[in-house]
Amino acid sequence: MSRTDLGMPTFPQAARVSTKDAGLRANLTHATHTIRAKRAAAVAELPDWPRLRAAGAAVKDHTLRHLDHYLLQLEQAVTQAGGTVHWATTAEEANRITADIIKATGETEVVKVKSMATQETGLNEALAHHGITAYETDLAELIVQLGDDKPSHILVPAIHKNRTEIRDIFTRTMAAWGRPAPDDLHDTPAELAEAARLHLREKFLRAKVAVSGANFMIAETGTLVVVESEGNGRMCLTLPDTLISIVGIEKTIPTFRDLDILLQTLPRSSTAERMNPYTTMWTGTTPHDGPRNFHLVLLDNGRTDTLADTTGRQALRCIRCSACLNVCPVYERAGGHAYGSAYPGPIGAILTPQLRGTSTPLDASLPYASTLCGACYDVCPVAIDIPEILVHLRERVADQKDGHRAERTAMKAATWLLDHPAALSATERAASATRRLHPNRLPVPGPGKAWSDARDLPDVAAESFRAGWKKARGARTGTGTGTGTGTNEPKHDKDKDTPR
Amino acid sequence: MTQPAPSTSPGTPTSPETPSSRDIILARIRAALSDVPRTPGPPDTSGIPRDYLQAHVPDDDPTALTDLLAAHLTDYRAHVHRTTTGRLPQVLAELLATRRTRTTVIPPELPREWLARTTGITHTTDHPHLTATQLDGIDTVITGCALAIAETGTLVLDAGPDQGRRILTLVPDHHVCVVRAPQQIVASVPRALPHLDPTRPLTWISGPSATSDIELSRVEGVHGPRTLDVILVSA
Amino acid sequence: MRVALFVTCVNDALYPDTGWATVRLLERLGVEVDFPEAQTCCGQPQFNTGYRRETEPLVRRMARAFDGYDYVVTPSGSCAAMVRDNYPRIGDKALAEGRGSELADAAASLRGRMLELTEFLVDVLQVTDVGAYFPHTVTYHPSCHGLRMLGLGERPRRLLQAVRGLELRELEGAEECCGFGGTFAVKNPDVSVAMGRDKVRHALDTGARVLCAADNSCLTHLDGILRREAAPLHSLHIAEILASTEEEPFTPRPARGGGTSAGPSSARPTTSTAARSRS
Repeated sequence: MSRTDLGMPTFPQAARVSTKDAGLRANLTHATHTIRAKRAAAVAELPDWPRLRAAGAAVKDHTLRHLDHYLLQLEQAVTQAGGTVHWATTAEEANRITADIIKATGETEVVKVKSMATQETGLNEALAHHGITAYETDLAELIVQLGDDKPSHILVPAIHKNRTEIRDIFTRTMAAWGRPAPDDLHDTPAELAEAARLHLREKFLRAKVAVSGANFMIAETGTLVVVESEGNGRMCLTLPDTLISIVGIEKTIPTFRDLDILLQTLPRSSTAERMNPYTTMWTGTTPHDGPRNFHLVLLDNGRTDTLADTTGRQALRCIRCSACLNVCPVYERAGGHAYGSAYPGPIGAILTPQLRGTSTPLDASLPYASTLCGACYDVCPVAIDIPEILVHLRERVADQKDGHRAERTAMKAATWLLDHPAALSATERAASATRRLHPNRLPVPGPGKAWSDARDLPDVAAESFRAGWKKARGARTGTGTGTGTGTNEPKHDKDKDTPR
Repeated sequence: MTQPAPSTSPGTPTSPETPSSRDIILARIRAALSDVPRTPGPPDTSGIPRDYLQAHVPDDDPTALTDLLAAHLTDYRAHVHRTTTGRLPQVLAELLATRRTRTTVIPPELPREWLARTTGITHTTDHPHLTATQLDGIDTVITGCALAIAETGTLVLDAGPDQGRRILTLVPDHHVCVVRAPQQIVASVPRALPHLDPTRPLTWISGPSATSDIELSRVEGVHGPRTLDVILVSA
Repeated sequence: MRVALFVTCVNDALYPDTGWATVRLLERLGVEVDFPEAQTCCGQPQFNTGYRRETEPLVRRMARAFDGYDYVVTPSGSCAAMVRDNYPRIGDKALAEGRGSELADAAASLRGRMLELTEFLVDVLQVTDVGAYFPHTVTYHPSCHGLRMLGLGERPRRLLQAVRGLELRELEGAEECCGFGGTFAVKNPDVSVAMGRDKVRHALDTGARVLCAADNSCLTHLDGILRREAAPLHSLHIAEILASTEEEPFTPRPARGGGTSAGPSSARPTTSTAARSRS
């Protein structure tokens, strides 16, 4: 990914501020709960959803396991269809390739389709250094750009803003960027969308260069697919002379037929629609229809590192639907900016530390930004086991030779104690004996204080269960190394009562 | 796990000593996949399960499919009209009058008899030099389609002769799409793909343009045509 | 039938009443209960915080402690899920690291035998009416690991609905996580507490007197918030509700500093069944 600012707050530090922002909390709760219910209804319409989910995961896994083959096939097909393929190992390289192509056209303005990849590479900032202005054309990206803000959601980047805030941004800033907002602009979504239409229409009509990402790239035919709602995507993909698409290498799928699955699961998971309003598929260039020059920039930028991790690589299945964000209770309270990258929410918590590594405090804090509640895994249309990867990445962070030394010592001590029941009993007895002295809150900094700032500490019992059992049932003391009791009970008929 | 390597050479191959970015990425992928057995020849895709349903509604009931397409298009705020081949010119003329259309653009091979009943409307036949700015001044575009998908309420255009360039159905604010029912209607996405050629420019349209970007509330009509009229024509 | 009780470390030290309620309930239903004293903790806190290798001795200990029992029953969905979902992962990783199959074997030996209490009642004993009496209004929070990893589904609610005198109140946003999340509670205290307060607010909105769950770890977090806010809602493990009868009604533990413990003394059956000794 693009450089991480070492000074960026860690997830807990950012969340400490954002959880106290009542307006943000209200916006996020309203938006995520709205889409959550709709998604569930859209998915419930398809009785074969679990099969589609498994098939989608299998298609992506298969492609990833043969990614070199499919990328070469894709490159050949795109080239044969009149496109030019570039390869970029890093964000900086992708940005440089893109800037060079734009400069060669002599243009200083480009229109953009919403693209996670270009958010990831920081393309707009990089182009500005080359004197090129990039206009975002997705309504939410426009809101974010005009407000000098950052996206906080994959599907709806301005989810943290409500209609009134959006109206104020349009009124205040549109004039500086182009056509001003109407004088008496109200904050109804319909009026705001209309203002954006008028503001952007002139940009679409004069644009000579467009930049996009893609949802899918079909290796067999060299076809790119962009799934959208507003039509700004179609504008950018159809009107300009030159189109540059910057796409992560993991967006490849083998054949046209694989869209069977993904065009059923993506819209329902994403916008909770049976089908999104517009999907564009193009293969290279077509005479008299659409751009005359097409450039595809294949982006690595940490994806091959992710691919090298046999547990973590399933994160590359992601089709960027954002269903995991919309069901995540942590995302809902902390907001997207706390994740400190283009990818917020549960998918960001597993993707960013793999793409960027875990060397900065922010990136090292991301795998812990989850209760492991599993709601994200349930809704993922390609069955990414996000909790499994989170725990896997926590292990990686804990293995780093930095701030986790004290925690590891504590964990080792706990394991020792728990591996010696006699010592555990003695510890429990000591805790019970002093229980009346325990405070409800702890004044000293540390995990205890983090707990007791807002929660009372639990009481230690007067007598542990094991002590009570020993007294009541007269069992002989375990030595701490005993084995379980063999039992002479008749075996239960497991065929009849199979535990689930 | 390695951290991302520092940026190397630009994307263009230079010499055998300096590998291109293409070579670097392919080498990284092969190294990353050391756990995957390599076999000669194309990868075996037989392990991808295809046991999902090919359609969620019966496809042997044309009337039901037509009704479902109409219902789902209506769900997403398209306006659906149903008529016969003989009545189409009349219905189209009435529709254009209702929408106060004064100018249209039509693909080269749109059947001219469809327009026989229109009066006082300037019809422009598309040609490659018609610009986006000129199209921006045209009220309505009239097209056919490649097929329609009932389950999802989707029209698919493939730039065929009765549909024309992609730009036509994008810039004017009103799109009238004629679907031959039931011949052009399929049940589902899996039923649609075998009829389509992915190397042609494809545009899938499910209702007028929309956004949910403001408070996740759906608003119809952003950059594409704000009004979509679909005429289902039976023989 | 004889089963082993896996009481869990949290219940052992902080909620022995839940352990005793489980014993009383199972014995009332005709099950012999052993408590193998070699048991301690499943290692979930270590594992979920990223200390897989530190978890391994506890995997071995669990397998040894419960060797030979047809079923191991635990009043904790998250600990059961740890054993069933994560032990095989620990075993597989050790295998992949070339350290032999010992841990994988240990995981496999426990996987099919470790059952959460409500699973054991409904699936193995095939009862939903356990003869309980609990004349109070109750709202139920389905903890995440039981809900999503074990797939407990409606089992806990069916058990509660069959309790005489009990009125079950619907909890808004029931399936949303309460915010405990193990070490998440102290690593991300602000989000954790924000989630907990929302859960508590929904629970209070039901007007119920008792907030019930099948996992005391969630209840530690929620009860901590309830007590800090002095809210009129008691948190209680489902085992304690199901163990309550007209003859032996539920008696709450006195607050800290109160008189003598009414815990195990009233909970313990008078018949003393000696557990088998181990060597």
